[in-house]
Amino acid sequence: MENSILKVENLNVELDGEKILENLSFEVRGGEVLTILGPNGAGKTVLLKTLLGILPYEGEIKWAPGIKIGYVPQRLPFIKDIPMSVEEFFQLKNVSEKEINPSTRAELGAGLVPHRNEVSGAGEILKSIGLGKEILKRKIGELSSGQFQRILVGWALSSNPQVLLFDEPMTGIDIGGQESVYNLLEKLKREKNFTILLVTHDLSIVYKFATNCLCLNKKILCYSTPKELTTERLSQLYGGKIKFYEHKHE
Amino acid sequence: MNSQFFLSLISGIFIGGVAGYLGSLMLTKRMALVGDALGHVALPGMGLALLFGFNVSIGAFLFLLLGIFLIWLFEIKTSLPMEALVGIVFVASLAIGFLIVPEPELLEALLGDISKVSFEMAITSVIFSLLIFFVIKRIYPKMILTNISEDLAKSEGIKVKKENFIYLLSIAAMVALGVKIVGSLLVGALVIIPAATARNLSKNLKEYSLGSIVLGILSCLFGSLLFKITHLPAGPLIILFSTLFFLISLIFKR
Repeated sequence: MENSILKVENLNVELDGEKILENLSFEVRGGEVLTILGPNGAGKTVLLKTLLGILPYEGEIKWAPGIKIGYVPQRLPFIKDIPMSVEEFFQLKNVSEKEINPSTRAELGAGLVPHRNEVSGAGEILKSIGLGKEILKRKIGELSSGQFQRILVGWALSSNPQVLLFDEPMTGIDIGGQESVYNLLEKLKREKNFTILLVTHDLSIVYKFATNCLCLNKKILCYSTPKELTTERLSQLYGGKIKFYEHKHE
Repeated sequence: MNSQFFLSLISGIFIGGVAGYLGSLMLTKRMALVGDALGHVALPGMGLALLFGFNVSIGAFLFLLLGIFLIWLFEIKTSLPMEALVGIVFVASLAIGFLIVPEPELLEALLGDISKVSFEMAITSVIFSLLIFFVIKRIYPKMILTNISEDLAKSEGIKVKKENFIYLLSIAAMVALGVKIVGSLLVGALVIIPAATARNLSKNLKEYSLGSIVLGILSCLFGSLLFKITHLPAGPLIILFSTLFFLISLIFKR
C-alpha cells in the first residue's frame, strides 16, 4: 500500500515462556494517529518496545526505509535521583550514534546537541514544546510533571523523527498538565504531520485525536476508526466492567 | 616529607579520585552498597596474596572476578533479587577470608595499609587509576542514560549488556585498588561517600561527577596527612574525613 510507514505481520512475542502478543497484523500509514487501547497487561507497552526493536519477536515488522523513530517512554522514576540539568539530559541523546560514526554528526546538527557544550537549534525544539531557553539550566528533578513530560517529548523530537511512539504520555500528570501535553501533541501533529502511535487509557484522547484505534489484549480485538469504537467493543476489551462515559458521535 | 610517604600519598590521591568518580555512577544506579559487598568478596584473595607475598590487588581482583561470575550465574539460576545473591556471595567470602587469612595479616586486609607502598605499587596504582578513569569516562553518559531507562538507552542503540559488563569490570578493578588503601571493610565508603556528598552540593551532572572526584581526592589527602601526624590507621581516617565532608554538605545542601 502506498505511503506505508509500518507494516506488521503475524507478530508474536513471548517473554519468559509466556505469550504476550499473538498474531498481530496491522499497517500504519504516514500521518496517521494510531491509539493502542487495552486493559493492564494486554501487551501495549510490549508492542511499542517490540516495534522499537528492543524485544525479541517472531513475524515481521517492516518500517519504511530510512525512517527515524522518536520514543517517549511511560515513566522515568529514577531520573529525579540524578543531579542533571535539562541541557545535560539532551546531551545524552545520540551518545551511541556519535561513537559509531562521527560523520553523522553533521546530520545530527539539526537535532539539539550536535557537539558537547554546544546547543544549536535548541531554541526551535524548545519552542515547539512550548518552553523557553532558560529551562536548559534547570535541574530535571525540579521540573513539574507537565514540564518534564514536555522535555521527554522534546528529547524524542531532537533526532528529527518522522514517527513518534508514546507510552501513556498523560500518566501521573495533573489535569492542567494533561491538557497542555495533549495540546502539544495536537500542535506537533498539525505542524509537522508526524505519524503517531500512542498507548493510552484516556478515551477522550482517542475520540479527539486518533485517526485509528487498535484494541489489544494479547490479540487484536478490533482495528477501527474511533467512530466505530462501540460500547460493546470496549466492554469486550475491558472485560465488561468499564462504564462508558463519553461517546459523542452522531 | 619522606619518599615512602610521598608514594603512599600519590597512590591514595589517584585511587581516591577515581573511586569518587566511579561512585558517582554507582549512586545513580542505586548500587550504593555493592562496593561494600565486593570489598568483602575480595578478602580471601587478599589473604592469599598476603600469605604468598604477591600484590594484594591482584589477589583481590581475581576473587572479585570469581565473585561477580558467581553472582551472575546465580542470577540466571534463580529469580531472587540481585541484592540477595550479592549478600550470599559476600558473607561466604567473608567466612572463607576469616578462615584462610592469618591473624596478623587479617587486620591489614580489613583496614588497609598505605605505609608499605613500594615504587612499583605506586606506579601501577597511578596507571590503573587512570585506565579506570578513562574507561568510566567513556561509558559514563551511556550508563547514565541506561540508569534513567534501559528501554530509552536501548532505543538509542546502546548495547546495555556490553556497557554493564565493562562497568562491572571497572568496579572490580576499582575495589581491587581501593582495598590496598582503606582495606576491604571500608572500600565501599571510599566509593560512595564522596558521591553522596557531591550529590548534595550539585545541581548538574558536571558538578556532580567533578565534585565526587575532588572530594575523593581531598579525603585521601587529608586522611593520609593525619595518618602521618598521628600514626593512627590511614583507612579509617580517610573515611572519617569523607564522612566529615558529607556532614558539612548537609548544611549547604541544594
